[in-house]
This record gives sequence, C-alpha cells and structure tokens, in this order.
Amino acid sequence: MIITLYINGKKESVECQPGEMLTEVLRRAGYVEVKKGCDTGNCGVCTVLLEGKPVLSCSYLAVRADGKHITTIQGAAKEAEEFAHFLTAEGADQCGFCAPGFALTVLAMKKEMPNPSEGEIRHYLAGNLCRCSGYEGQIRAIKKYLEADHA
Amino acid sequence: MRDYHTSMPPAGTKELDATQKFNVVAHNISKVDGEGLVLGRPAYTDDLAPQNALYVKLVRSPHAFARILSIDASEALKLPGVACVLTWKDCPRIPITRAGQGNPEPSPHDRFILDEYVRYVGDEVAVVAAEDEATAEKAVSLIKVDYQVLEPILDFEKALDNPIIIHPEPEIHEMFPIGFEPKRNIAAAYHMEIGDVEQELAASPVTVETTVHTQAQQHVALEPHTAFSYLDVQGRLVIVTSTQNPWHTRRLLGLAFQMPLRQIRIVKPRIGGGFGGKQHIHIEPYVAMVTMKTGKPARLALTRREVFEATFTRHEMRVKVRLGADPNGVLRAIDMQVLSNTGAYGEHALTTFMVAGSKTLPLYNKVKAVRFGGHVVYTNKVSAGAYRGYGAIQGLTGLESAMDELAHKLGMDPVELRRKNMLHEGETSEVFRIMGEGTEGVAMIIESCKLEECIRRGKELIGWDPEHLVREVAPGRVRAKGMAIAMQGSGIPLIDMGSARIELQDGGFFKLHVGATDLGTGSDTILAQIAAEELGVDMNDIVIHSSDTDHTPFDVGAYASSTTYVSGSAVLRAARSLKQKLIEAVSQKLGVRPQDVTFEDKMFRTVDGSKELSLNDFSYDTLYHDGTNMKTIEATESFSGDKSPPPYLAAFVEIELDKETGKVDVVNYVAVADVGTPINPNLAKIQLEGGLLQGIGMALYEDVRYSDKGHMLSHNMMTYTIPSREDVGRITVELVNSYEPSGPFGAKSAGEIGIDTPPAAIANAIRNAIGVRLTQYPFTPERVLMALRQAEKDRKGQA
Repeated sequence: MIITLYINGKKESVECQPGEMLTEVLRRAGYVEVKKGCDTGNCGVCTVLLEGKPVLSCSYLAVRADGKHITTIQGAAKEAEEFAHFLTAEGADQCGFCAPGFALTVLAMKKEMPNPSEGEIRHYLAGNLCRCSGYEGQIRAIKKYLEADHA
Repeated sequence: MRDYHTSMPPAGTKELDATQKFNVVAHNISKVDGEGLVLGRPAYTDDLAPQNALYVKLVRSPHAFARILSIDASEALKLPGVACVLTWKDCPRIPITRAGQGNPEPSPHDRFILDEYVRYVGDEVAVVAAEDEATAEKAVSLIKVDYQVLEPILDFEKALDNPIIIHPEPEIHEMFPIGFEPKRNIAAAYHMEIGDVEQELAASPVTVETTVHTQAQQHVALEPHTAFSYLDVQGRLVIVTSTQNPWHTRRLLGLAFQMPLRQIRIVKPRIGGGFGGKQHIHIEPYVAMVTMKTGKPARLALTRREVFEATFTRHEMRVKVRLGADPNGVLRAIDMQVLSNTGAYGEHALTTFMVAGSKTLPLYNKVKAVRFGGHVVYTNKVSAGAYRGYGAIQGLTGLESAMDELAHKLGMDPVELRRKNMLHEGETSEVFRIMGEGTEGVAMIIESCKLEECIRRGKELIGWDPEHLVREVAPGRVRAKGMAIAMQGSGIPLIDMGSARIELQDGGFFKLHVGATDLGTGSDTILAQIAAEELGVDMNDIVIHSSDTDHTPFDVGAYASSTTYVSGSAVLRAARSLKQKLIEAVSQKLGVRPQDVTFEDKMFRTVDGSKELSLNDFSYDTLYHDGTNMKTIEATESFSGDKSPPPYLAAFVEIELDKETGKVDVVNYVAVADVGTPINPNLAKIQLEGGLLQGIGMALYEDVRYSDKGHMLSHNMMTYTIPSREDVGRITVELVNSYEPSGPFGAKSAGEIGIDTPPAAIANAIRNAIGVRLTQYPFTPERVLMALRQAEKDRKGQA
C-alpha cells in the first residue's frame, strides 16, 4: 500500500506493507539517519519526531504515520549541529550510532522542559541507550548545551 | 567544513611530563567524524549498501546439538524473487576459526562456514538470498530441515570427558600446540608454575580460598553486525563490513573459500561499537557466498535477536584463587585455577583464558610462588569470543575478591594489603616472560606505573576510611564501600603490528592512511593528532583514511588495547620519517645541507635565515613545477612492540544496598587511571567511563540465560538489560600524570582497563555491606536476598 508522509517538510509517497514499522519504510526511502538497533523499542536509536514528539520508529506502524509530519535528525540539522558541537567537545559522541536518535530526544526535551534538573534529564533520556560512553560525558554535554542557551 | 574544536585538558587531568610541551597531543580535540555521525550522514555499513543488493537471511538451528539429515529448499526456490539457497554442501570442507587473530591463530580450526552438524541454537544451517527482505524471510520459513537431534552439553562443569563429544569431526585441528583435545571436549588448556605453590601455601600462616563464577556477557554494540559484498570491475570480491580486523577477515575468508587473497578487498566504514564483538568473521562469509554464487551484490544485517543468539559472548569462567600470606600481609603464593566455557567453537579460547592470569598475576609480583592453569571446554551454547577485558576481567574478579577476603582475615585495610604487595615502576614479574597470548610472553621492566598515585587520589575522591566502610542510611538500607585495582596491556608484543603512510598533497596538507580500525573510540582522531604533533601542523592539515585492505597499509586491527600504542607508534614513526624526507627534499632544492634546514609552522627555513619556503609552495613545486625532480613525498612505517606496557587503575565504589529487596545501586564509582599520556584526554576518559559502566552492567544486571534445552531466554534488549542512564549515580574518572617512555608521546592504552574492576569492587563493597561474599554473577536482587537469608540461617545455626 502507498502512504503519504511529510518527512522533514517534504511530501513523500512511500510503499509499505500493512505490518511494517516506520524505521524500515524510512530507511528504504533513503532516510538512513534513522538507525535500526534493537527491533523491540528498547534502545532508542530509531527515534524520530512525529508531529514534534519523539517516537520509536521501530515500534511504530508505518501506516499509523500516514499523513503525519516526521522529523529525522536531518530535518533538525541546524539545532542538531549546535548540540553536536557540545557532544563532540566532550568526546561523548563515540561510535555515533545512538547519536541521531539521542540528539533528537535532547532537542525535544529542550522544547518541552525549560530548566531540567540532572535527574529530569536522565529520566527524559532514559530510553536512549548508549553502550560506549557510560553517559557521563553525554550529561556533561547536555548541561553545557542547555547552559549556553541560557547565557 | 569547520575547524576542530580544541580546548585544554579538563580539571582532573594532571600536568604532563614536564619535559614535553604538546600542541595537539594531550589536547581535547573533537572526533573528526563526530559531527557527521550526530547529523546522521550515511556512514555505517547498512547506510551504504547498494539498493540493488540481494537480501541475505540465514536459516538457523532450533536445536542445541543436531545432525542435519536433509534440507529441502524446493518450496523456497519456487518463490518469485528468491536468488539462491546455499547449504553445507555448497561450502568447501575447510576447517577455519572465526576469531580475528594473528597468523597462525591460537584458536583451533574447529568450524566450517556451514556444516552438517549444528552445535548451538542459532548455528547457521543455510543461506537464503532474495530480491527483497520480506521474500528472503518468507523463503527461510519455507525451507524444511530434517534433524537428528542429539543430546547437548549445556553445563560447562560437566563438559570435560563427557561421553557426548561436541567435535568428533576428524578434519579439525590446532595451528600449534594449545592443549586442544576435542575428544575430551577441551578446546585449549594451559598450565604454568613459578616456584612451589603447594609448599608456599602450606608454609603460609594465613591462607584464603575464593571461587567466583563470572557469567557470559553480551557486547550489545548498538549497531548489529552488518556486511555487504559485490564484485568490482575486475571481478574481485569486495566486502564492506562492520569488522574490527579487516586483514584477518580477508585472510580467513581466503582460507575458507580457497581464494587467493588478492581477489578479496575488505572495507570497514564507520562502526557502531565493537567491544570485541566484531573481532571475528560472523556475516562476511554468507554475503560472500551469495555474491560469488550469483554475481550480484548481497547485504546482511543481523537482527538484534541474531546478534544475541548467534554471534559471541564473553567466556563464562569459574575462577578459583588461593592466596597464602604472612601475618603482616606479605603475600607468599597465588594459585589461580580456571575453567572457561568457550561454547560451541573455540574462538579466543586459549588466549582469553591465559589473559585471566597474564594480565592479573603480575599485579602482585613479590610472591615466592605463583601458579595458573585449567581448561577451556566446549558446550552447546553460543560461542564465546573476544570481549573487552578479554579474560583479565574474569581473572581479576577472582584475584581481587580473594585479596579482600585476605584483608578481612588479617584485619587489614584492603588498600594497605594491596599497597604492600603490588607492582611498582622499575620492577618486573616473571609472569610477563612466561605467559603471553597463546605463546610464551616477553620479559618486561615496568617503566611507568602510577598505581600509588591512583590509589591515593581514589581514596581522597571516595573518602576512604577503613574503619567506616559501611553505614546505615535508613532502616534496612546500607551504604558500603569497596575497592579493587587492575592492570591491562597495550597490544600484544611481537604479534601485533600496525602501519601508517603519510603523503604530502598539493595545497600543503597531509594524507594519513592507517590500517587501524576506529570502532567509534576516536582512534582516527588520535592517530591524526599524533601525526599533526610530530609534523608541527594543525589537525586540519591531516586528512585521515583508515581500514581498507586495498588502500591503507596493514594493521592487525583494533583489539588487545593496541591502537594507541601500536598503530599510534607507527603513525609517529611515519611522521618522523616524512619530516626527514621533506627536509631532505627542500635542502636539495635550496642547495643547502639537510641539517641546515628547519621545518616549523609549515615553513622551511635555513638556519642562517637566508632562505625560506612555505610548505604550501613546496607542495606545488614537488608535484607540478620541479621538472625531473618532481616526486611524491611520502613515508610508510610500521611498529611492532617488544613489550606491552600495562595501564593501571584504582577503583573505589560506594553502593547502596536495600536489605528488604536485595537491590544494589552504585552511588559513586571512582576510578583513577594511569594510561600514560592521554593523547586526547576526553576520549581517554570516555573510554574509561564507558568501560566502567559496561563492567557495572556485568556485575549487577547482565546475564545470558538459557532454557534447559539450550534456547537463549535473554535474546532481546527487554530480557537482556544493559545499564540505562538512570541506573548509576555517578561515575568519577581521573587520569594521573604518567609517561610511558616506549609509547607514542608517552601513551599507553585506555580501551579495556576501565571494564576490569567493577565485578570485584562491587563484590567487595557488598561483602562490607552485609558480611557475605557473593560469587555468582550478576548480583541480582534475588541473589543478594538469598545470600542475606543464608547468612541469617548460618547465624541462627551457630547461636
């Protein structure tokens, strides 16, 4: 079947199977910045914004997204670049496989929460796993990124 | 393109060797690929796969041990879009190892790409390729396999001399003596003794014996194993793959398919984490078979379930340690006996097992006698393989648990017990000479060891008071501290080799080609830093390309904590050599002696100040203007070390333990490490922080569980849980000032040392919290509660 997605502001008609998840459809359409990690909605690397809210595209039926607006990291490149500067300055990007989904969730958090505490940051991002960094460097980066915005 | 963000080392990174001032090295420079990866630019194997590639799927064994009687693919082949179905009958009968190791491999050649027998649930049975993924999956479901189900061995304690023989096939063999006895289910064995351990133990006034059982652990790199292949215009087989060792992959595939190595090219793009899990050939043979059979590109990305069930885990080990000491705490003897479970095939069997001793026993080098031995056995579980820590974490867990028991018995501060016995700068250990990785070791005097400083600073950061290691914070909730120390290595001496080539380009920048394999650690960045430092140029003047068997010089790959030390030394040599060649070429051009030319800030100047030439101008001259003198100026150098200087780490942990629920939380994990000069302090620190959390995961959460039929129960990330960012309170890492004379700009390794201490340090903290030593990993709430109840029972029994 054909569904219509508004991906990063661009209207795309894409073919999908009824039971297919959004990750597969997006990757097949060339949006390879959406990563495939665990297949079970646990790791967060497949995160995209759906109508501005983070969702796990590996657990989201593609047909449910019909007619909806999807933002991948490429669609938020300008803000993501700003955050990337802080993340890479800490060396916390590491293998980078979790980074697009993680960065999108950070951007969503920033919009939703004006002044998150460290506990709130950790909680908001708990679904974005990283096996490389031990998270400490990511937390350092997020704090500096949020502080820079308030400065 | 932006300039690399540079800043000074953060607080906590102490002053470096006073004699050296660095411009690029020892600075925090953002990873060269970092921004692109965060922005999701196509970089990983699956992002780059050709759109017309056939999708490869694998038929896997549902049985832990079985013989394949027949495979009927007729229905699958009728499906439109199915390109081929390949079985063991399509494979040359060549035993290989899947372990990415030097040549000859210390792992037995006990595996066929596809075989008539399957030896664990998930073992490969057949390869299916189709035009799209759904068709390939459908085809897999249509293949009928008839099995003769055999009784498996699932408990590694029962494997040795079991009447069931997992590997009866006659063709399998060892490459050199590793104690391989498949008829006894032994993949490898080893024994060594210095002095007379039994005599020393008998003469020791104080002895302890501690046995720990460390579990299998999954790597859980977030990128699943992925590869694609195609034939290039010359008909050569090109495989793009998420591998840690391109050259080993090429060599092993050449052996498996009896192909000349010149016909194969391996390319590693960006990898989404490795941790040892990609130090093998898992997927490459299957895409290669399809491409060779059909002539078409083929792609395979494992599902997460396949990564869990059918790649590799950490070796499960039972480690028994006996210590003998004088009443004043001076160690007299160490005995370490290990049983290791290699699963269905013997990849890394001997070497992980030997490292359990070789990278732990030298810590306490003043003993009169030391012994190490045991077996590595086969079982019908998924194979164990390389995994960060590589045996050292298992051995250290036994050794450092026993050391704390000894401290309790002696009534000593566990820190002081270690200080009294541990290795110092200028010293050695006989173990270095005797035990290598699969072979004899190499004698080595320790030239850098700042363990004393690591311990001093660690105590300060955690607030160590041996009289107050446990306190009640609420009814039923206690906080307790524990500690452990560790060492690792920096590459495998006389075995690991890395190479680098640097070439001047027009425009006055340098192309740096290395065989080294960046797994996401940032090695491309630190290797470029080393080149920039030596050439006296900026990071922006170096363009690095790595890990392509056609286009970059040889490197064994990223494992054994080797890249900074081994590959980094090769880069340093190449930069030095190139600088010399540049000066020679310029001096010829200027008509002066080489010793009269300096190269600084991208300017060549004669010492008398009469002549100067910019690097930029010279680069055009040598490539476009200088008539018959035109030439490419490049240098290729290699490095293979004759030692493996260990990094060291002192760990102090504070836990909170809930006696009602048995839950253990890490409140603060302090690790102070000596990694020599950190080439990029931030990246070194992240290596340690990430390693620590992975070790904490092993101590508390991660467990590979099976049904009684050998089906893996923990085959997804819901049932196998890795730490999230909410699980651990704080990880505090500092690096001490240290300089390793044999390393590039004083560097040692940082990749593995972080993971080694948590299982022991947390066990020691729990022991301090509740008076009971837990020895079966991981320390789940159930196990903690059971230990508490047992202790309660024992107390009542005694009363």
